[in-house]
Amino acid sequence: MIGVRLYLAQRLSALVMAPLMIGHLAVMIYAVQNGLSAEEILSRTQGSLWWGAFYGLFVIAVSIHAAIGVRAVVYETAGLPERILNPLTWAIGVSLFVMGGRAVAGVVL
Amino acid sequence: MIDAPHRRDGVRIAALIHRVSGVGLALFLPVHFYVLGLALNDTAALDTFLNWTDNWAVKLAETGLVLLLSLHLFGGLRILALEFLPWTPRQKLFAALAASLAVFVSLGFFLSAGS
Amino acid sequence: MHRRAEVLDVLVWRGDANGGGYHSYGVPAQESQTVLDVVTWIQQNVEPTLAYRFACRVGMCGSCAMMVNGEPRWTCRTHVKKVFGAKGLVIAPLRNLPVIKDLAADMAAFFDKWTAAEGRFHPSKSRNDAMEPISPEAPNRVAANAAIECINCAVCYAACDTVTANPDYFGPAALNRAWTLQNDVRDAGYTVRQDAVSSSGGCFNCHSHQSCMTYCPNELNPTASIAGLKRLSALSYLTGGKAR
Repeated sequence: MIGVRLYLAQRLSALVMAPLMIGHLAVMIYAVQNGLSAEEILSRTQGSLWWGAFYGLFVIAVSIHAAIGVRAVVYETAGLPERILNPLTWAIGVSLFVMGGRAVAGVVL
Repeated sequence: MIDAPHRRDGVRIAALIHRVSGVGLALFLPVHFYVLGLALNDTAALDTFLNWTDNWAVKLAETGLVLLLSLHLFGGLRILALEFLPWTPRQKLFAALAASLAVFVSLGFFLSAGS
Repeated sequence: MHRRAEVLDVLVWRGDANGGGYHSYGVPAQESQTVLDVVTWIQQNVEPTLAYRFACRVGMCGSCAMMVNGEPRWTCRTHVKKVFGAKGLVIAPLRNLPVIKDLAADMAAFFDKWTAAEGRFHPSKSRNDAMEPISPEAPNRVAANAAIECINCAVCYAACDTVTANPDYFGPAALNRAWTLQNDVRDAGYTVRQDAVSSSGGCFNCHSHQSCMTYCPNELNPTASIAGLKRLSALSYLTGGKAR
C-alpha cells in the first residue's frame, strides 16, 4: 500500500513543512493578538513574493502529505483496493492543491 | 470480550493522536482554503466571516485546531527522528515532550487570541 | 494479589475457522505453574480434543505462543501468578492469524510473508571456498547481532496493529530477519531483498507503534530494525541502488 516513492514523498513533504508549520504557528499567535481582519491579513501578504513562496510551498507540501496520509488511513480502516486507492490519493492531492493555490492567490495577488 | 492492553502503551497512543490529528487537519484544510479564497474576489465576505469568528466559542474551536496542528507537527518530528536518526529507547519520553509542547503552544494561541 | 484461590478460573477459546467462543474451566492451582501447564492440564483432564501447539517447553522453539489476557506470550515462559488478574486467566489463539482449531493458529501467512520479505539467506560461497572471516566488532555485524535471536514465534506479528489493519504488510518478524540479512556480508541477496522490503507490503507500512518490541519475549527491537530498513531502502532508491 505504501512503497518507496509514496514513503519518500510523505517524509520529504513533512521535512519541508516542519519549519513552515513553526512559522505558521508563530504568525498565527502574533497576528491574532489584535483580532483578525481581511485588511490586516492582506496588508501583510498582498504583493509579497516572500509570503507567496512561503504559502505556495506550504500548499504543495500539504497536498502531497495529506493525500498520502489519508490514503493510509482509508486503506487501514476501510480496506479499499489499490485501484480505488490510487485515484482517491490523486483526487485528494489535486483538490487540495487547487483549493490551496486559490487561497494563496487570494491573499497574495 | 478481551481488551487490548497493547493499545494503552504511551507510544501507541501517540500514534493514535498522530492519526486523529492528521485526519482532523485534512478535513479542516478545504474549509480553511475556501475561506481564504474569498479574499480573491469577495473581501467583504472574508471580513464578515472573520467578524463572526470573534467570539469565545470560535476561539476555543480555533485553539482546538492549533492543538491538532501542533500535535501533528511535534509528533511528526518525533517520527522523523525515529526513522532517520539512530535508535534511542526514549520514545515514550519524546512522545510526552511532543504532546506537552503542543499543549504549551495551543495555550499560547488561546491567551493571545483573548481580547 | 491475595493468596491465590485453590482453583483457577480459566477461559479458553475453542472453535475453528468458522468461529467459536470461550469455555470456562476450573484448574487446580499449583506452585510455579505456567500458562502452558494450565492448558495441558485442561487437555489431559477435561478436554481431550483441545488443540494447542507446543514443543520444547523452555522458550527455545517458539511454538506455544498464544494470547494470554489479551497479550501475546510464550505460554511456556509465562507464570500464572504473573498474569492472573481480576478476570482470571483468558487464553486465546494468536491474533492476526486464522485459527485452525482452538488454540492452534494457522501460521502459513506468517511464513509466506517471511519468504516474500526475502527472509532467507542467499549463499555467496560454496563448500569449496574458504570461510569468510567475520569481525564481531564490524558495525553491520553488531547491527545484525542485535536482531538475530528471533525464533519465529509470531508474538510480534500478533501484537502488531499495522498487521491487523493492513493484511498485505509483512509484519515485524519477517522485516527484522530481512534487516539482519542486509547486514550480513556473506549474503548475496541484498538487491532482491531491497526490492522485496521496499515493495507495497514492505517496511514503509510500519507506523512504529513499537508493540513488537514491547512484547518480543527475546527482547528484540523489530521497530528499530524496520527503521533501519526504511533508511537503507530510501537511500538506495535516492542513489539509484548504489548505497550499501
